Formats: sequence, structure tokens, C-alpha cells
Amino acid sequence: MIITVASGKGGTGKTTVAVNLALAIEATLYDCDVEEPNANIFIKADLQKVDDVKLMNPVFDLQKCTFCKKCAEFCKYNAIAVLSSDVILFPELCSGCGGCKIVCPYDAISEGSRSIGEIYHGKNGIEIYQGVMNVGEARATPVVAKLKEYVKKDGISVLDAPPGNGCPVIETMHGSDFVILVTEPTPFGFHDFKIAYELAKKLDIPAGVVINRYGVGDDSVEKYCRDEGVDVLMKIPYSREIAELYSKGIPFASHIPEWRKKFQELYEVIG
Amino acid sequence: MVVASGKGGTGKTSMVSSFAALTNAVFADCDVDAPNLHLILKPEITEKMPYEGMEVARIDEGKCIKCGECERACRFNAIENFKVIEEKCEGCGVCPLVCPVDAITLHKRVNGIVYVADTRFGDFVYGILSPGEEASGKLVTMVRKKAQEIAEKKGKDLIVIDAPAGIGCPVISSIGGTDLAVIVAEPTMAAIHDMERILKVAEHFNVPTVVCINKYDINEEQSRKIEEYCREKGIEILGKIPFNKKFTEAMVEGKNIIEYDEELGKIIREIWNRVEKKLGERQKEKT
Ligand code: SF4
Ligand code: SF4
Ligand code: SF4
Ligand code: SF4
Repeated sequence: MIITVASGKGGTGKTTVAVNLALAIEATLYDCDVEEPNANIFIKADLQKVDDVKLMNPVFDLQKCTFCKKCAEFCKYNAIAVLSSDVILFPELCSGCGGCKIVCPYDAISEGSRSIGEIYHGKNGIEIYQGVMNVGEARATPVVAKLKEYVKKDGISVLDAPPGNGCPVIETMHGSDFVILVTEPTPFGFHDFKIAYELAKKLDIPAGVVINRYGVGDDSVEKYCRDEGVDVLMKIPYSREIAELYSKGIPFASHIPEWRKKFQELYEVIG
Repeated sequence: MVVASGKGGTGKTSMVSSFAALTNAVFADCDVDAPNLHLILKPEITEKMPYEGMEVARIDEGKCIKCGECERACRFNAIENFKVIEEKCEGCGVCPLVCPVDAITLHKRVNGIVYVADTRFGDFVYGILSPGEEASGKLVTMVRKKAQEIAEKKGKDLIVIDAPAGIGCPVISSIGGTDLAVIVAEPTMAAIHDMERILKVAEHFNVPTVVCINKYDINEEQSRKIEEYCREKGIEILGKIPFNKKFTEAMVEGKNIIEYDEELGKIIREIWNRVEKKLGERQKEKT
């Protein structure tokens, strides 16, 4: 069973839900928010690097190259500039698609690689895997893709998705059995939640909603869920205690036993 | 200037929407993945432009001989069982190269829309990416170009950018080449961790930074940690904003805090005055 926790908008409590759920049901947690991985702040495992995320990068053999510009003309990412006697690669722009190597008529391109991120693993009560994109890199999706190679086929996996509704979120959700959308009952939260819900629908993954900071804001999220027939799985009220525990990096369900039970019940409903 | 945060939900957009009431700049929402600023600024759209990012591959089933070459060559795992998974296809153009029977062609798709609008505070440009699309960095660039155009046309010398969360492509495109990045931090362990990463990105692209601490009183100990960190790095703290439900109430009513609450508005006003002073200093440095 693979459960993705996503949100659209950042800061709605996605990581909180993912961490508390994983702890309550003893699942393996995967932090797919590789731009800003936060889950281990709450799990506090001693992380060890287990893998590098590498992207194919072309290497140019200037002895063979005739500076015909075919590679640069092909590259949809504008990652290559061919000068009169040199070829320059802009590595952050290169997607590693490998096309330039195929089009080069003089076999002047070989396959190099470049590290764009790392995968970590650790255990503290539950197992956690985490992807980290290197600072200055532009492409999060390949890091998520690599991390997902570690997702176990048996057992329960909880994936903490990146914020937003872009490609790295698709990569995370793809192949999940269920998506939990965490939102807050505010206009911003509601707006982004709708987009995330559409995305889950488009990928044909069943989805349910957790409303965080329940009590602040308005009832637009609840109304929408009623109209669309989306299950509201849990409401986490706004509470100073929960906010304070969060700010200290303590998962509130391990501190407040009845919440642990609620997360277990949530899993019963979707599992 | 750009307002960024690393972690989402720290109150960045609320702050930008308040700034809109305090200065006659062009505002640009570059959080194209999940734009929110328009919910407060309530734009009247004057111009709408489709954003064509990457293309998408299409396989002509009639021609395909199911050789599997395309699937093997695609590095984005976007082809399965002789079908293109549109959400994963980057439009990189490799599969048409390898198909022996020319069964694959690339097609344009609209990946987003850029809007130019009037608001009660002045000019506003924003972009919305279609859900599930990549390459939002290019859309960010398109939004910024449009904002620049308007600023030049109207003789405005400031553009205020609302950046996305994270540190990837669209964030780099939002921060790169700006004169000042205002980082909105929150006193939680997670937000501090993210603030450190976004500060590194700004440093990497040579953009000077200042920090504001939002909801500083939800954990004063963590707030002090932010202050210490910034002091060590020589980063100025422009202000501290208390936690207050009125910020959310204002949002629900579609207002910024300047319009909604005088007392809290005053805090933002003071921060804005310091931002302006900083921008003035930067201007002097540059000339
Ligand atoms: S296609 Fe090959 S030969 Fe032509 S410029 Fe590129 S590397 Fe050189
Ligand atoms: S691998 Fe693809 S993206 Fe990278 S330089 Fe070659 S053609 Fe461009
Ligand atoms: S265009 Fe590129 S990404 Fe899309 S299916 Fe073809 S090879 Fe894969
Ligand atoms: S390479 Fe062309 S012929 Fe071969 S499976 Fe792909 S589309 Fe079909």
C-alpha cells in the first residue's frame, strides 16, 4: 500500500500528517519534498547516504567535433552553445535526455554524469528514506524518481510529496494507491487544494482530505468536499499545543495518544 | 525585489499583498505552481497570453510497429506499452529520433497562462501553470518579462515578486537578477532548515538578503535562533510579526492586513519602510 500525502499549497501541514500517520501505523516514510526535506526533523533518525542521484550529461570530444551545431539545434533545453572552436554545456539546464548524443553525426559526444542530489536512509522507530536536491540545481523530478526506486512493494509506504502541483508532485503521486490531500480552511488553502484534487483525479488515484488548523478561516473546503463527494478523513483543530510541538520538531501524535489512535483509524478507513 | 521563503505557508503572499497597498510598484506572482496573490488583489484582467512550454510526444498507432525503441530511449519513463504518458513526457524530442517508422511527432501544448491585470493597488502580472507541468522556470521568466515591460512603459522603477516555495527551477528564475530578496521565516525547526537552504540559493546567485520573522511568538526560542543565525551571517532582520488570527480573517475577506487591521498594519508598514531604505541603499551601490 502506497499512500501519498500532498497539499498543493505549502505549509498546510502535509509533513505533519505524513510523519504522524507513518509513526502511528508503523509505515516506512519517504520524504519526496527533495527541495526542502523536513520529515526527519520529526523522526530524528541518524541518516546515512545510500545513493547518488546522477543525471546523464554529454561530454564533448573536441578532436572529433566539427562544430556543426546539430546538438545545439536539437537540444530543447538550450543547454548547449556551439562556438567556432568550442562547445559549452550549461549543466543546470541539461535534462539528461540523451538526444544530443543520438543526433551528433561525428560521434563526438559521450555519456558523462553529474550528481544532482542524494538519497539517505535511517531508522528511529520507523524507517525513513529522504531525497535531497543539491542547492543550485533546478530539477527536482529525477531526485524524486530515484527515491521512488526505494519504495517497498510490500508493507505500507507513506510518501510526503513536495508542495505545488508541478512535475515532481506527479512523479511522487504516480503509482500510489491513495492520496491524502492536506489543506487548511483558508482561501489560499482551498484554491490550491482544488488544483491538487484535480491532479489526483487526472491520475485516477482515490483521494481523501485532511483539514488542518480546523476552526480558522471559512467552510469553503468542507462545502466543496460535500459537493464533490470527497471524504473528509480527519479534521485537526487549530491548537496552540499542536503548533508548539510542531515548532519544536515533535510529532504531536506521539505526544497525544488519542491522536495516534485517530491516525490509525484514518488508515483503517483508506486501507 | 523578491519575497521568498523556502518553506511554503510562512505568510509570504500575505506580506506581498500588504506591500501592494504601500508602494506604487508592479507586482508579479511567480508562484506559478500554486498562485495565491490574485485571491487578495482581485485583478481585472486586461491581457491574457498562453504559455507554450515543452511539447508533448504523440504516437500514431496506425504507423507504430511496436518495436519498443522509443520506450528504451526515453529517459523520463514517459512511454509505457507504446503509449505516451502525457504527464511525464518532457517533450525532449528523443523518441521521434529513434522511431524507425516515423510514428512519433511532437505537438504544442498550452502549459499555462500569463495574465496582465489592473488591481485596486495598480499593475499586476501573474502566471498559472497547468497542473502537472514542468519547466515552470520558463513561465516565471515570461511573467517577469511582462512585469518589466509594464514597469518600463509606466515609468515605475520597482517590481515586487512573490516567489514560489522550494529552491528549484522556478525559485531560481524568480530570485536570479533581483536587487533584494526578503526571506519570510517562521520560528519552527522545519522553516529554519528551509530558510537556510533558500539563503544559500540567494548567495549562489549573488542576491543580497534580509529576513523577516513571521509568527515570531509561536516559539520565541526558535525565533532567537533565527536572529542568532542571521547575526552570524551578517543578514539584517527587518522585523518580527506576531501570530494573530486576524491575518487569516483578513485573507478570508479577501483583504490585506493594511486594509483590515490598523495595529498589525503598522508593523507591516514599518517593515516596508525598512525594505524601501534597503532598496535605496542598493540603488546607490549600483550607480
Ligand atoms: S553535433 Fe557533434 S559534431 Fe556537431 S557540434 Fe555537436 S558535438 Fe560537435
Ligand atoms: S542531454 Fe538532452 S538536455 Fe542535455 S544537452 Fe543533450 S540534448 Fe540537451
Ligand atoms: S519526447 Fe522525450 S520525454 Fe516525451 S516521450 Fe519522447 S523521449 Fe520521452
Ligand atoms: S519506436 Fe516507433 S515504432 Fe517503435 S514502438 Fe515506438 S512508436 Fe512504435
